[in-house]
This record gives sequence, C-alpha cells and structure tokens, in this order.
Amino acid sequence: MNHSRKRTGRGPLAREAQIAGWLFVSPMVLGFTLLLLFPMGLALYMSLTDWPLLGDHHFIGLENYRNVMTDAMFWKVLANTVYFTAGLVPLNIVLALLLALLLSRSLRGIGIFRTAIFVPVMTSLIVWSIVWKLMYATESGLINQLLLMIGIKGPAWLYNQDLAMPAVIVTSVLKNVGLNMVLFIAAIQQVPRSLYEAATLDGAGRRGTFFHVTLPMITPTVFLTMVMTVIGSLKVFGQIYVMTQGGPSNSTKVLVYYIWEKAFKLFQFGYASSLAYVLFFIVLILTLLQWQLRKRWVFNEGDA
Amino acid sequence: MKAMPNPSVRKTWSALGTYLLLTLISLIMIVPFIWMISTSFKEPQSIFTYPPQWIPDTFRFQNYIDVFRLIPFHRFYFNSVYIAAVVVLGTVFFASLAGYAFAKIPFKGRNVVFLILLSAMMIPHEVTAIPMFLFMRQLGWIDTHLPLILLPIFGAGGVFGIFVMRQFFITVPTELEEAAMIDGCNRFRIYARIMLPIAKPGMATLTIFTFVTIWNEFFDPLIFTNSRELMTLPLGLSLFTDEVGTAWQYLMSATVMATLPLLIVFFLAQRRFIEGVAMTGLKE
Repeated sequence: MNHSRKRTGRGPLAREAQIAGWLFVSPMVLGFTLLLLFPMGLALYMSLTDWPLLGDHHFIGLENYRNVMTDAMFWKVLANTVYFTAGLVPLNIVLALLLALLLSRSLRGIGIFRTAIFVPVMTSLIVWSIVWKLMYATESGLINQLLLMIGIKGPAWLYNQDLAMPAVIVTSVLKNVGLNMVLFIAAIQQVPRSLYEAATLDGAGRRGTFFHVTLPMITPTVFLTMVMTVIGSLKVFGQIYVMTQGGPSNSTKVLVYYIWEKAFKLFQFGYASSLAYVLFFIVLILTLLQWQLRKRWVFNEGDA
Repeated sequence: MKAMPNPSVRKTWSALGTYLLLTLISLIMIVPFIWMISTSFKEPQSIFTYPPQWIPDTFRFQNYIDVFRLIPFHRFYFNSVYIAAVVVLGTVFFASLAGYAFAKIPFKGRNVVFLILLSAMMIPHEVTAIPMFLFMRQLGWIDTHLPLILLPIFGAGGVFGIFVMRQFFITVPTELEEAAMIDGCNRFRIYARIMLPIAKPGMATLTIFTFVTIWNEFFDPLIFTNSRELMTLPLGLSLFTDEVGTAWQYLMSATVMATLPLLIVFFLAQRRFIEGVAMTGLKE
C-alpha cells in the first residue's frame, strides 16, 4: 500500500492520473464485471440449486455435486475427456516440435510449408470437422477409397466405438499443430547462436545439440504450450458436435458436450452448472500446478 | 545407413529427407481443402466414385448458386461479416483504451485490477455461458445478435486484447508522453494522437486475431440464436449437415465460400499474424 502511494505520488498531476486511469479502464472493467465476474458468481449459486428453465428454483446445497460423483455418465465423459487429452497432447507437442525443428532451418521454400501447416489453424473448427467427416465416410470417403487402392477395406471410422475417438484426435491434432509449431519456431529462433557454436566446438552432433542446447533453452515454451494444450483439450466441443454428436454409444461424449446437453438441451441448469464448476476446478488446479512446477524444472526462468 | 562419410553428400540427403517429410505433412494438411473444393463442383452421383476423382468430369458451378436457394446463406454471410466487424472495432477500441491505461497511467489499484482481469482468462467459457443464457433471456436478448457482440468484446476476448495492447504501449518511451503533456495535451489526445499510431502493429495483430476468432465462433451462436435468419456461418454450415441429409456437394460449396474471406485475410496478413501468435504466446 505504502509502496504504491510513493510511486503514484501526489499533486494535481497524480490526481489527474487517478481519474484518467480509471476512466480509461472503466468500460472494460464494467463490462467484465457484468459479463464475466457476475455470471461466475451466479453459476456458483446455480450449482447449489435445482434451477429449471421455468419456475422457481430451490437451494439444495451440495446435492448436485454429490449427484455428479455418483453419475455414471459423468465418469464416462470424464474418462473420454482424459482419453482425448492424453491422446492429443503428446502427439501435438511432439509433432509441433519436430516440425518447428525442420522449419526453423534455412531451406528454400520454407514459407510454403509453414503456410500449409498453419492454414488449418485459421480455418473454422466446424469447417475442418465437416470436411474430415466427409473424408472419414465409411463406404466411399476419401480415406477408405485410398485404403482400398492398396487393398485394405477401411472401417466405419466414426461409427466404430473403438475408432471414433482416435479419429477425432487425429483431426484435432492436425487442426492445431501449426499453432504450437509457430510458438516453438519463435522460441528456437531466440536461442543464442553462440550456444550452438560452442556445442559444435565440443563435437556435439545434431541429436546432442537438440537435447543439450535447444530443448533446455525452450523448455519454458514447451511447458507453457503443454499446459495450454491440455486446458484446450479439456474443453473440446466443436469437433465432437459436428463429427460424432458424442456417439457411437457415448464413446466420444466429452465433458463440455455433456454440459451443453444438460444445460441447453435438457435445461437442467443447476446440474449443468455444477458440472461446469468441476471443469473450472480442474482448469484451476492445472493452472496453479503450472505455476508451482514452473519454478522447479523450467530452465532459464530467471533470464526471461 | 552408417556408411555415409562424405559430409556434403550427407547434407544433401538430409535436406532431401526434410523436404520429403515436409511435403508429406503439408499434403495431409492441404488434402482436405483440395477435396472440399473438388467436391464442391461435383454432381451428386460422382462424389463417391471409385477411384477418387480429384478433378470432376464436369464442373457444376450451379452448386454454388443452389446453396443460396436452399438455405438463407446470404443472411449467414451478412451476419458473420457485420458481427465480426462490430466486434473487431469494439475490441480494438476498448482494449486499446484500457491497455494504454494499464501500461502508461500510474493510477491506484492498477496492478490489482490487471491481475484480476488476467486471472479471469482461465475461467472456462462454459461456466459463464449458463448464467449468461438466463441473463440474456431476462433482458429479452436471446435470439438477437447482442450476446454475440457484447460477450466477446467485454469477455475473455477483450481481456486478451488488453493484454496484447498493453504489451505494445509498454515499449513506447515515456519521454514522448511527457513532452506532449508539457505541450498541454490531455490524456485522451495523447492516446489518440500519439499512442494509437505507434501501436498500429498491435492493433493489426489484435484485429486479425479477433476477426479469426469471431469468424469461427461456434458455441455462442449455438446457444444464443435459434432463428435461421440470425445464424452465422459456422452454425449455418453445421445445421446444413443434418437437414439436407448431407448433400455434400452443397455443403462443400458453402464451406468453400465460408472459408474464403479467412484465407484472403490470412494471405494478406500472414507474416504479421504468425509473428503475432508467437509474440503473444511467448509473453504470456
């Protein structure tokens, strides 16, 4: 408190800064309070009620949360969400890192490759999912047609309980890998040249250079990207909505899809709110974990 | 593999291998788009012919015209364009205003407010969507475009905008402001006349980001609109899959048209956009 008073100082200029500062931020702060903080609080209250679409609601304490814990479908969708995340994140990070390594070298025509890999990031997830749904079509989708050319009869990708989720994971990785790739390229380009020169003098090969110079220097980015990708994966919705609608037999029904179903199809707002808060707590824990772990194993943190 | 003594030969091979790998991955990325364009020109009966046909025998341009007859596609288009425009303008204005204050005006509580804003970015949209739906219903704003415009400007998208703009304003030397103040400029004039022109790259980054996000937004239109007349492109397209029993040729021509503006924007702003992604991703 004392510190800030010292810094802001006194006098007419300082008073002017108080007024101007608050005036400048007031539209955003007001909008933010009304459209983010207030609904956040209301959602918490709703999660403690049996809020229906019409009519009165009753305060029921933690009953929704108790029901969540005994809801078999909740555990199913949670498992599906974890499956999606556990499948997507390593694939995405490894592929993005590999591509960044290839694309941060000076090769002719590198811009074309970067663009090709980045274009899906720009494209609407819905468009991407619709087109992939066509590609996955059972009898005559492009993938199965190509498979047929080498004599394999392709499966019903999106209608098979064991294959639907992996199929969605693959399209999701391809959709977003370019984003992580760009972040990695930026990080790799910031590694000081001198370190590479030193490594070369020490006789390190390409693999050695990667594991002893590049990777340690870009761990902050890798780590940040990983956490962001995990959080993003926990919120997967659009591709599920378009490609599988949660099926077949709930094998791709994920947490946000379940929340959407409960809230906006069945209008069980109370129960849906408690599900949403469970999602919030998971995200919160991951974010806090990120801060804790960051200090521990992220190299070079102090210099950033 | 081990017997490759000549380093220059080895280098050539490795470059060749890199190109091969990159070409393969790029193809996988691009094939869906080529297939989409190819299908958009096909006759219904030639969509699923075997072997796959990359270039249709006859180009059926009619598909593109029929889309407008089958669904209110021009409405979807118009809605998407004007919502994106309003949201971009609003976000850039309000976010740059706040971003400037957070970067340059030393007011009390500045850091606390900024921290609260930033921490709110991790609130999952799904949590606030449920009360927002009720709130908007109370106001009679369900099935209007107001939620689709206000929520991104003042919600997480706006907070992200503040963050981006603040990064840019921070780099502006304070002397510039002080000189202007001595000349009798007030804060708003400093912001409008000195700061905004300097922050043009930041505004461009934010514009592209916001445009792309809004153009692709799906969840909010799904929740807040019901009538066809009010739908935006992503929602309109997804609706199209079930209703016509998936007439792929129409769906694909609609999809091509919905993707086109984005690809044009991307082509024009490619460098800046990728740099913007890298910048904001790293500084977080």
